[in-house]
Amino acid sequence: MSGSQNIIIELDGVKKSFGAVHALQGVDLTVRGGEALGIVGHNGAGKSTLMHILAGSLSPDTGSISLDAATSDWTYSIGQAHSAGVRTVFQELSLCPNLTVIENTRIMHPEIRGAGWRKRAEEMIFSKLEEVFPGSGIDANDYVDELPIAKRQMVEIARAFTGKDGGPRLVILDEPTSSLDAHMSEQLLSHVRAFVSAGGSCILISHLLNEILTTADRIVVMQDGKVVDERETARFDRHSLVEAMGSVVDEQTGVKVTMSDARTGQSVPIVSSGFHEGMKLEAHHGEIVGLAGLSGHGQTEMLVDIFRNAPRDRSGAGSMALVAGDRQVDGVFPIWSIALNMTVSSLRRFVRFGIINGDEERRLAEDWRGRIGIQTPDLDNNILSLSGGNQQKALFARALGSDAQIILMDDPMRGVDIGTKQEVYAILRNEAAKGRTFLWYTTEMNELEHCDHVYVFRENQIVASLPRNELSEQKVLHASFEGG
Amino acid sequence: MESAQNRLQAVSRLPWIWAFLAAFLVWLATIIFTQGQGSAQILSAALSFATFSVIVGIGQMYVITLGPGNVDLSIPATMTFAGAVSMKIMDTQDAMVLPGLVIALGCGAAVGTFNFGLIRALRIPPIIATLSSSFLVQSAAIAYGRGIKIKPPPMLAEFTTYRIAGVPLLAICVVGLAVLMGVVLHRTVYGRSVTAIGQNQRAAELAGISVGFIRFATYLLSAVLAGLCGYLLSGFSGGASLNMGAEYLLASIAVVVIGGTSVAGGFSNLPGLWGAALFMFLLVTMLNTFGLSAGFRLILTGVIIVGVITLAGGRKQS
Repeated sequence: MSGSQNIIIELDGVKKSFGAVHALQGVDLTVRGGEALGIVGHNGAGKSTLMHILAGSLSPDTGSISLDAATSDWTYSIGQAHSAGVRTVFQELSLCPNLTVIENTRIMHPEIRGAGWRKRAEEMIFSKLEEVFPGSGIDANDYVDELPIAKRQMVEIARAFTGKDGGPRLVILDEPTSSLDAHMSEQLLSHVRAFVSAGGSCILISHLLNEILTTADRIVVMQDGKVVDERETARFDRHSLVEAMGSVVDEQTGVKVTMSDARTGQSVPIVSSGFHEGMKLEAHHGEIVGLAGLSGHGQTEMLVDIFRNAPRDRSGAGSMALVAGDRQVDGVFPIWSIALNMTVSSLRRFVRFGIINGDEERRLAEDWRGRIGIQTPDLDNNILSLSGGNQQKALFARALGSDAQIILMDDPMRGVDIGTKQEVYAILRNEAAKGRTFLWYTTEMNELEHCDHVYVFRENQIVASLPRNELSEQKVLHASFEGG
Repeated sequence: MESAQNRLQAVSRLPWIWAFLAAFLVWLATIIFTQGQGSAQILSAALSFATFSVIVGIGQMYVITLGPGNVDLSIPATMTFAGAVSMKIMDTQDAMVLPGLVIALGCGAAVGTFNFGLIRALRIPPIIATLSSSFLVQSAAIAYGRGIKIKPPPMLAEFTTYRIAGVPLLAICVVGLAVLMGVVLHRTVYGRSVTAIGQNQRAAELAGISVGFIRFATYLLSAVLAGLCGYLLSGFSGGASLNMGAEYLLASIAVVVIGGTSVAGGFSNLPGLWGAALFMFLLVTMLNTFGLSAGFRLILTGVIIVGVITLAGGRKQS
């Protein structure tokens, strides 16, 4: 431990409950100047709740927060956090979709005022974007809702690092790379290192352990709302970190299935308009087909296009289901319960004389709650009561529980922990063996190893078609950047 | 313990309770003023008139539940049109009562289809599309009816004004209709689809819901119910007149909002329609009974409606 001086923020015995869910059960945490603190843990371990408390957007039930070693006997608030230089990039992005990048920057900096504020805000955000993500190609005059999710995330991150007088002191990043591809993630993490070297502090939450191990100085492991381990990064390795989290399976040593290289089986009908150039996408029964490439190169658009062109019967039931990755925009029904969110694509199966059979509907939800491990005391709770990763599981359950034979997945593992990922991979394998076909867009290289065939996208075209035995990281990267 | 807590939460999630409570209080204030005179008659009249607001309110509620920007402003014109056409064709003959009903519903279906055609094919926002179509439909009603009040067949007049022990038969039927539409809302694929679209249209589409078809069906439903209401109201009030729908534009929206349905879409409340419709009628009755001037009545109506909505809305957020 590098001494108790220079502590920026300190939590002591912080507890927080939401109804019957005890999200935090007494957490102590210190953040010092000039350090990058990594926080890891499973979905529902309480990481996001902890971040909300640090950001001041939630107040703890019990416990204290002290800022610069001065215990606050007043209520710690968003305003205080902000004026103390604490900035947070939440997992659920917080930009206003109907405003431009410039206007969103201005919201965070009320001191930019008077004539010419647009110009000054533009300079501020543009220079930061160039600094963190050189060559991002984001126009500061773009409306946020017109940006793909990766660019929205980049804007959100760059905005958090902007500010006068050397910018913020502590930046909290909750799953910052979940929508970024390998290249952008690398840019961000090196910026974090530079920021920390210059004396700033960072809290980094990620399910990608490599990111944590290479970027953080110190790692805190959370489980069931408690800190269960805390060490300097040098005293962790991949294996011991996974062990500390309580995972059974490490993502690298996960079960690898050998399969035949030849593409046997009948091909399934996939119609995609507007993607005639480049190579054609083909999928067979029982195959897991990976869509790779840098994010925002047309993978999501192609999946949505294929979904819209899916043959449907008169009642509207489709042969395809889609697992959204951008769950707030494409997936979740925010007023509904978890159960209603899970069953919405399967209702037709339960209809008797026009009425949905509630018992059968319930059984489907309970069945998938068990199979995919959704952590909640009650499926009738609102969907937003779940942590981000658990919401994503509900969306998986929605698609897998339907009778669709082709499942389209739009980078669906954002914010999902390692243990759950392994379980979902196994379910996917199992379902594929039963004849289901998966089209899987992913920004994580190691997920491609679960695919039978991989297509690499660049500039809205397929530029490489790699059977499993030819798949390598180099080939994917090569095709992503220069074409195959 | 936990289930008790859930039950408490469930009750607090019932914003329509406030509409019924408000209706009850207004009724109480009225009969205290009249020292109990006519309390039953007031209730009976309230049920009669609320019935018509509820019929169009159901359609409007489904439309509003589709999400921001969805509203049907063509309801009054459709009522007038369906009323005029069906009355003229029935020509006061009892034998034509059922064909007349079919014609009224058909008029509604035609308007609904036209509305959705404007919204979908010409990509006009619903508020403009239904407003402009209401001018066309109203003109058609004027051209067709020539401004003459055509009397309904005696059997229809009898049915719409029939009372069982003071309770209007029509009100009983419409309670049944409301229950049916409640089941449709919560327990059919159509109803679930409507609430899903209202929460997040893109997510609904990606979950496999036929958004276009469901929206069409909903605008159709609203117009058909308006047609039904025009038919029944013509029977009730002794014939179709050209301004018979006028007050139902605001009424249809007010009962939806006061009844606890979310204006932002995705959440609707059927029982609340009845509470709100009774409240609206009883409120006017109360102010009339107090003998206030017209200006005062309007001011108080506005203030009280705002109060009830604030109360119901405030509970919802907590």
